[in-house]
Amino acid sequence: MAIETADSSAAPEAGQRSAREMSGRRLPDIGALSIAGILGAILMAGIVLEASGQLFWFDVLVRIVILAIAAVSVSFIVATAGLVSFGHAVFVGIGAYSVGIAAHHEITNGFAHLAIALGASAFFAFVTGLLALRTRGIHFIMITMAFSQVVYYVMIGLTEYGGDDGLTIYDNSEFPLLDLSDRGQLFYVAMAVLAGAILFYKLLRQSAFGLVLSSARDNEQRVRASGLDPIRHRLIVYVISAMITSLSGVLTANLTTFVSPDLMAWTRSGELLFIVTLGGLGSMIGAIAGSGAFIGLEEVLSGWTTYWHFHFGLFLIAITLFRRPIARRLGLDT
Amino acid sequence: MDTALLLTQVLNGLQYGLLLFLLAGGLTLVFGILDVINLAHGAFFLMGAFVAAAITLTTGSFLLGILLAAIVAGLFGLILEFAIVKHLYEMDHLDQVLATFGILLCVDAAAHYIFGPAGISIPLPAWLSGSFAFAGAELPAYRVFLVVSGVAIAVGLWLLLTRTRAGILIRAAASDRTMAEVLGIETKLVFAGLFAAGALLAGLAGAFIVPITGATIGMGSQVVILAFVIIIIGGVGSMTGAFAASLIVGLIDTLGRAYLSDILKAVLPADAASAAGPAIGAILIYLVMAVMLAFRPEGLFPPVRR
Repeated sequence: MAIETADSSAAPEAGQRSAREMSGRRLPDIGALSIAGILGAILMAGIVLEASGQLFWFDVLVRIVILAIAAVSVSFIVATAGLVSFGHAVFVGIGAYSVGIAAHHEITNGFAHLAIALGASAFFAFVTGLLALRTRGIHFIMITMAFSQVVYYVMIGLTEYGGDDGLTIYDNSEFPLLDLSDRGQLFYVAMAVLAGAILFYKLLRQSAFGLVLSSARDNEQRVRASGLDPIRHRLIVYVISAMITSLSGVLTANLTTFVSPDLMAWTRSGELLFIVTLGGLGSMIGAIAGSGAFIGLEEVLSGWTTYWHFHFGLFLIAITLFRRPIARRLGLDT
Repeated sequence: MDTALLLTQVLNGLQYGLLLFLLAGGLTLVFGILDVINLAHGAFFLMGAFVAAAITLTTGSFLLGILLAAIVAGLFGLILEFAIVKHLYEMDHLDQVLATFGILLCVDAAAHYIFGPAGISIPLPAWLSGSFAFAGAELPAYRVFLVVSGVAIAVGLWLLLTRTRAGILIRAAASDRTMAEVLGIETKLVFAGLFAAGALLAGLAGAFIVPITGATIGMGSQVVILAFVIIIIGGVGSMTGAFAASLIVGLIDTLGRAYLSDILKAVLPADAASAAGPAIGAILIYLVMAVMLAFRPEGLFPPVRR
């Protein structure tokens, strides 16, 4: 409650923002309904595509849903906690390699895969977060980026697990009553994880914990003065978002049955940031739409030319320079 | 331990460190003074490498290649500053990251398109391919050339920043932009010049590394991380810090890769040591960064603010 008062007496700008958030909180059904609508639409699209045998597009849809799990996590920590992590792809990689390395040692139990993925990503996020969170702003961006490269280079160096060439996975994660080598079932599992992640982040944002995060983003000193520790809250949310992102990696490994260090190149983390910026920071629907737009763009451009990164790069520059003016013209800017 | 080999490795480490300083020093100019996080710095490096390689192959003159690489990278930096980067100064870091990431992707893809996926490698020019005998070690002439050039550029940069009028303008614009403008300094021009100078240094670094590694697609995105690590270790915005950290990173990386497997063999079984050696060697500098962050998060030489 102390935070609420601190927030309402904050500087004009911060006050406006929190008033907006509060009006959003008074009408939670609209946000929740539209997210449910989007998820329902994706589910319907999946069912239709699978039933009509459009397996290529069904695969694209599964990739979008899996990518969106990572995107909502990035969106949450960037928007709510104000932490611009430029290393989140590493957690996708850790999740994927958890499946790959376990399968390499003939451990195919899905629960073991999950435990390794969640444990490893939580550990890595905790250790690097402890160091990176001592800084903010530009430092935090560079440090998360540099630490993500540690895992990248370790996996390139470990020839036992394929090194640079990657590792083929011969056995999917095995769960009772589930067959993840079946595209349809993988799709439903990914949908369930995505819906669960979104629901979790929504609840977290509205909780006292989430309020501390967003207050500390707007005014760290006030939060400290209230006797709360912003860094501890940030560390916890960094670890949580890393664990959820690693689920995206577990599903990626099961989809592609192949893992390589390329999954965690820093450019992948850049793509995640592009996705959440394109969709609108902090918006869960935006993160899903951004994932769809990115994979769509990748499919269209890479089908059209080998040098699709050129056009993607131009698009990125254009988005950065023009999205604010365009949003202002359309009256979307806040 | 073989002292001749050690001497060669130390020279390699110094030379690598000085090369890294060209990158990190240029990035520090952009970063510490303009407060822009610039991933496109890797693009200038890549561009310098490809221009130097292409010019050397067509004209046969490596020196001309180096010269043109620096000029092209600097000009490209100037154009980018006017077209894109100057709009980023007022934006937040996330926007800066995305836009400069876009520039890097464009340049990388363009190099791929123009020069093909394999990249270019060039032989050392004859006058640099010999070696000196020194204290029982054979020191390759090119490495010595790089150390001498690197030191000369570092000293030149220091003189420029501390002893010339341009240096005064830069430091004035950096420490208080509004005040500098009130005093009649065209800070826009200073900033553009600064960005171009950073690009030029990165292009130079790219040209210098071509005879060793060749010009390859993706070299820009790898090296930009290294430059970041150096800047974090040295202290963001500090030229002295960038210089010290560059040498430290160059030496640790080179010596780590050369000796780590042997050192590990003393404590680990041979096969485990030879498997873990390269992996740990590759991340040694990140571990240095982690230790630095744990004990001194502001870096070796944090710049004095105002």
